[in-house]
Amino acid sequence: MMDGSKFDDGAIDALSGEQKIRNFNINFGPQHPAAHGVLRLVIELDGEIVERCDPHIGLLHRGTEKLMESRTYLQNLPYFDRLDYVAPMNQEHAWCLAIEKLCEIEVPRRASLIRVLYSEIGRVLSHLLNVTTQALDVGALTPPLWGFEQREQLMIFYERACGARLHAAYFRPGGVHQDLPDDLLDDIDLWALEFPNFMADMHGLLTENRIFKQRNADIGVVTEEDILNYGFSGVMVRGSGLAWDLRRAQPYECYDEFEFQVPVGKNGDCYDRYLCRMEEMTQSVSIIRQAIVKLREATGDVMARGKLSPPKRGDMKTSMEALIHHFKLYTEGFHVPAGEVYCAVEAPKGEFGVYLVADGSNKPYRAKIRAPGFLHLQAMDHIAVGHQLADVAAIIGTLDVVFGEIDR
Amino acid sequence: MSEALQELGTHIELKRPDCVLDWAIERGELNVTVAPANIAGLVEFLKTDPNCRFSSLVDITAVDYPERIKRFDVIYHFLSMYRNQRIRLRLHVREEDMVPSIVDVHASANWFEREVYDMFGLLFSGHPDLRRILTDYGFRGHPLRKDFPTTGYTEVRYDEVEKRVVYEPVSLIQEYRQFDFMSPWEGAKYVLPGDEKTEEAK
Repeated sequence: MMDGSKFDDGAIDALSGEQKIRNFNINFGPQHPAAHGVLRLVIELDGEIVERCDPHIGLLHRGTEKLMESRTYLQNLPYFDRLDYVAPMNQEHAWCLAIEKLCEIEVPRRASLIRVLYSEIGRVLSHLLNVTTQALDVGALTPPLWGFEQREQLMIFYERACGARLHAAYFRPGGVHQDLPDDLLDDIDLWALEFPNFMADMHGLLTENRIFKQRNADIGVVTEEDILNYGFSGVMVRGSGLAWDLRRAQPYECYDEFEFQVPVGKNGDCYDRYLCRMEEMTQSVSIIRQAIVKLREATGDVMARGKLSPPKRGDMKTSMEALIHHFKLYTEGFHVPAGEVYCAVEAPKGEFGVYLVADGSNKPYRAKIRAPGFLHLQAMDHIAVGHQLADVAAIIGTLDVVFGEIDR
Repeated sequence: MSEALQELGTHIELKRPDCVLDWAIERGELNVTVAPANIAGLVEFLKTDPNCRFSSLVDITAVDYPERIKRFDVIYHFLSMYRNQRIRLRLHVREEDMVPSIVDVHASANWFEREVYDMFGLLFSGHPDLRRILTDYGFRGHPLRKDFPTTGYTEVRYDEVEKRVVYEPVSLIQEYRQFDFMSPWEGAKYVLPGDEKTEEAK
């Protein structure tokens, strides 16, 4: 068998008359649909109970941090779309904030609002995928089919803003790349009005579903002590009753002027985390609608014009300086003052941070990406031990792991 | 915010003068330089002291400065959810130094220290399971060191004849090109072709 010994067919030992019982090691993944990517788990089983669970990661390691050291700040931005590819713009946001903090740049109000709008769309995108595929892991096929329909609409909003459905490269240091057309705002508003109906359908499908509850309630319980020991963030914290949200605790961008609730769970199990995600989507839609109202009033530029941002297209036709600036910006790039900074955003999966060390040149000296999923997956051994093998899939689903950001 | 950090920095230095070598507030962030031998004790203190309560480990990473004698900076980020503050600790270590592990204080340090070992080759004393984490099984070298080439040394492919994945030295069809785009007027370290003649002409 997998551990090299002979197959145990339940034979009785002739001398002692006892049945030989031993533990099984099984290899979960890396190609397993419930592994949410390329996760390899080496699990030691006693019967159906997990005794040890050792995640092997790095199968999607692309050396992002090494590559970033030899590219300019602007060239590095698209790498962030490829980290947590479920909610790309939230990652870009952290990178832009870090650069803006070092360069001491103020983002125009309209750009700030657009960033909030698209960060929240990203949050809904991520939670939709997580909630529905986690339901798939525990045996429900319909939720992903319904959820992906909504995701499709949201990705069209991405596409209409920046031309790409996933790899957006839309948030730029100093603002956002292009302004949004008015009819796009109308359409997002229309979608936000109809989305509660979808949420009601989803609640009807899952929330009181007997099988879904049996598979999730009281599974993978996380206590306050676990949160601190394993450095959890995001829904993993809120599901256990701690109202910790970076948007509220350490407001960045213009989140302090939005009204939203921070949903918290009671028991810290998979089911509470599911409920938190569902409620967060509702809150995000409320933020989206508030942002649209504000965006209609805040007309203005979407880029802090200066050394970091390209000149306007029209200026380039008439001004030599603008043309030179454009050429220099896209070849040499801009220089960031020497220093170091850590900037974090509340990404859908938790605290996504960038630690940036700049040496005054046009390339980062060192950029460390701090992914929330890395810490969540690390605690897998702690959370899964004592559960049944089938619960492992439910727990992985609710940890919300995406290997783009864990392996980097 | 800044006064609170000022207060906190003074408090830490007062309580643990043996650990803190230096501290400063830059861009609204508290930076503390720590003596490597005392890191575990200081982290424990930061976690339990009622004025600090830095109970969450956010990140451990390292930065390579090949020109320094103490080549690596090990950087720790901590967060206090209770007091809503962040702190950054910094160690200066030589290449051959052992860094005390903080896994006993923060269980979450486990994978971070494995990652720093994998990427920079720094060893952590007292770590329960210091294996490579992100790179391939059997990988050699430490990729995030500045002297490690971005292209790496080996490449893999599936060999149709041997019916297995084979490792080979990297062969680039075209030389790896690295442009710095620095203007010769500001800080480019090379002499532009033809410019070497200007000295001779004088």
